[in-house]
Amino acid sequence: MEYDSRNFIQKLFKMKSREQKQAEREATAEYQSIDTSSMTLVIKEGRANAAQLARAQKIGRIITSVITYSFLLFMSVIILFPFYWMIITSLKNTTEIRANVQTFFPATVLWSNYITVFNTFDFVTYVGNTLIVGVISTIGTLITTILAAFAFARLNFKGKDLIFAILLATMMIPGEMMVITNYITVAKLPWYEFGVGMINGWLGYKDAVFASMIVPFWVSVFYIYLLRQNFKQIPNELYLAAKVDGKSDWQFLWHVMVPLAMPTLISIFILKLMGSWNSYVWPQLVTAGNESWRLVTNGLRSSFSTTSGEPQYGIQMAATILVTVPLLLLFIFFRKYIMKGVGRAGIKG
Amino acid sequence: MAAVASKKGGFLDFFKNLFKRKERVSADAGERNNWKAWLYLAPVIILLAVFTFYPLINTIVIAFLKDYDYTTQVSAGFTFDNFLTVLTLAGKDEAQNLVYKWNTFYSAEAGGYVYQNGAELMKVYFQTDVLKYALPNTMVITFVTVPLSIIIALLISVCLHSIKAFQKIFQTIFFVPYVTNAVAVGMVFAVLFDSKGILNFLFGLGTEFYWIDHAASWGHGMIALCIYIVWHALPYKILIFLSALQNIDKQYYDAAKIDCAGKFKTFMNVTVPMLSPQILYIMITSFIGSFKEYTSVVGLFGSPSTDGGSTKNMYTIVYYVYDCLSGTTTVSRGAAAAVMLFIIIMIFTAIQFQVSKRRVHY
Repeated sequence: MEYDSRNFIQKLFKMKSREQKQAEREATAEYQSIDTSSMTLVIKEGRANAAQLARAQKIGRIITSVITYSFLLFMSVIILFPFYWMIITSLKNTTEIRANVQTFFPATVLWSNYITVFNTFDFVTYVGNTLIVGVISTIGTLITTILAAFAFARLNFKGKDLIFAILLATMMIPGEMMVITNYITVAKLPWYEFGVGMINGWLGYKDAVFASMIVPFWVSVFYIYLLRQNFKQIPNELYLAAKVDGKSDWQFLWHVMVPLAMPTLISIFILKLMGSWNSYVWPQLVTAGNESWRLVTNGLRSSFSTTSGEPQYGIQMAATILVTVPLLLLFIFFRKYIMKGVGRAGIKG
Repeated sequence: MAAVASKKGGFLDFFKNLFKRKERVSADAGERNNWKAWLYLAPVIILLAVFTFYPLINTIVIAFLKDYDYTTQVSAGFTFDNFLTVLTLAGKDEAQNLVYKWNTFYSAEAGGYVYQNGAELMKVYFQTDVLKYALPNTMVITFVTVPLSIIIALLISVCLHSIKAFQKIFQTIFFVPYVTNAVAVGMVFAVLFDSKGILNFLFGLGTEFYWIDHAASWGHGMIALCIYIVWHALPYKILIFLSALQNIDKQYYDAAKIDCAGKFKTFMNVTVPMLSPQILYIMITSFIGSFKEYTSVVGLFGSPSTDGGSTKNMYTIVYYVYDCLSGTTTVSRGAAAAVMLFIIIMIFTAIQFQVSKRRVHY
């Protein structure tokens, strides 16, 4: 026999069961006089009915979106303000910049800052240097990247995974580890006779300096990874079809895979070019011999750091704009490629 | 077919899958073209060997060489002194030798050992600077900017994800700092943080409140630096988080809704776990990045200090490494500092991988 503890307690204390209570309630006169035919069902949660809940929800949604949009607006003001201030400052004269009361628009728009920049800061030379270094190192990178990505994506060879893992592991090594030795290495390579400025190598002093800004950057593990992922998405059937048509691997790579992976290659091209434009440390080291061989970022910091007395912020900002605007233009025209290329790092692919 | 295994996630997965995967359907089944693959890989392997693997080993070797002169590549043998010198422990004895050799003396005012060179006082060794400034600064930068920027980026990307109108415009705006030059924008921030600049004016701090110049205090300089670093670090994180958010299956949110989970609960129990691989990736890369902070200091301060170069209170480890490259005999010290940086980064990465084993959902 099953032992029911609840029944036992109820019996013990002479309590009524729920059913008994309900039956008692139904037996009362008030209960029987309720007219069920004129009743309406009202569903409530807490104290609110459905209509009130819907309204509350709507108000809640509006409040949330107001908060969301104002937060986003506030953050975008913070993000964009430095750019605005850079433009405004470049159009002000020094007394206005250094005034106790700051103005949000220049009292007199002063274009002469830009003229001063072109006279004192050798912008054209620096841009020329940067373009030479950037384009040659980008093309070199693209070639090595395409070849390596093809090997990793399409060919099958012993130790493939191990080598790829080692390559990826190099991304975690801080570049500073390499800079010290590379600084010695580029001086010892046959194209360069270190320090003296005398030419015993294959190239002239200037060309040697440029080569040392280019050749070490002809390989980028991250882009190999990026392109390998892209190559892997190209269906196997295309490869087999090309094989049937008697195409070699080499022809397949350049006639089928490269055109198909064009968007990624464009991303790599632009990102690499931007990298050259922004590089600071290495060019600063290797161009120590001659200021006019520097890249645009190096010129930027060194041109205005030595001014005595009050800093000439107007001219500084004008130069900064000249350096920033080409990047922003690239971004405007190639927004899709840049964001796709950058965003690929952390997500599936 | 072979792509499927590695399609699951970012390259962090790759390491995890590397030893698990046994069966692979090869693209050109049966045919093993070893020599051809090596030919394709040759340029990359040669370049990496010369400019990455050799330097890696060589830098470690240089770090253990005594009185190494990189122009002649001559050294006086093996030593641990470089590491000790970087950490100031061997400073005194060495200074004694240098007094003999170079007319060097200790200057508390300059914060290091100086030597007389003609009429000019030049500092050669700043042993104390690494322990006093570079290491603490790097740690502060790392442990302030990385969590702060990740939290702000998460907030922004969740907000961005929840809106429909203007999403693209906001997304573009938040990405703009990524395409700027660290040195150039650092100079812009220097103008913003100027004592007579807009920030002091807006917050009513007067014209005598110094952030980055006129021997501003360490704290003020650090605040300005951290704000700038966070500002510059946001876009990349937002981009990664947003694209990850867009890839989360809607079903999880529907399930949370059925369970009557609130907004915050949904965020903590659905969004964060679903984003955990990306958060781990971002954490590792930004930890490594902030240990190597250098160009932002150059951009903002122009020198590693708030007073034009004498105290080096804004020094970072990497700044020290590059300073060491400017002297011919200090290179091995720079190498020692770089090796220490490398070890620190490796330890942090290993810790994060360990933690991720338990916390990260794939």
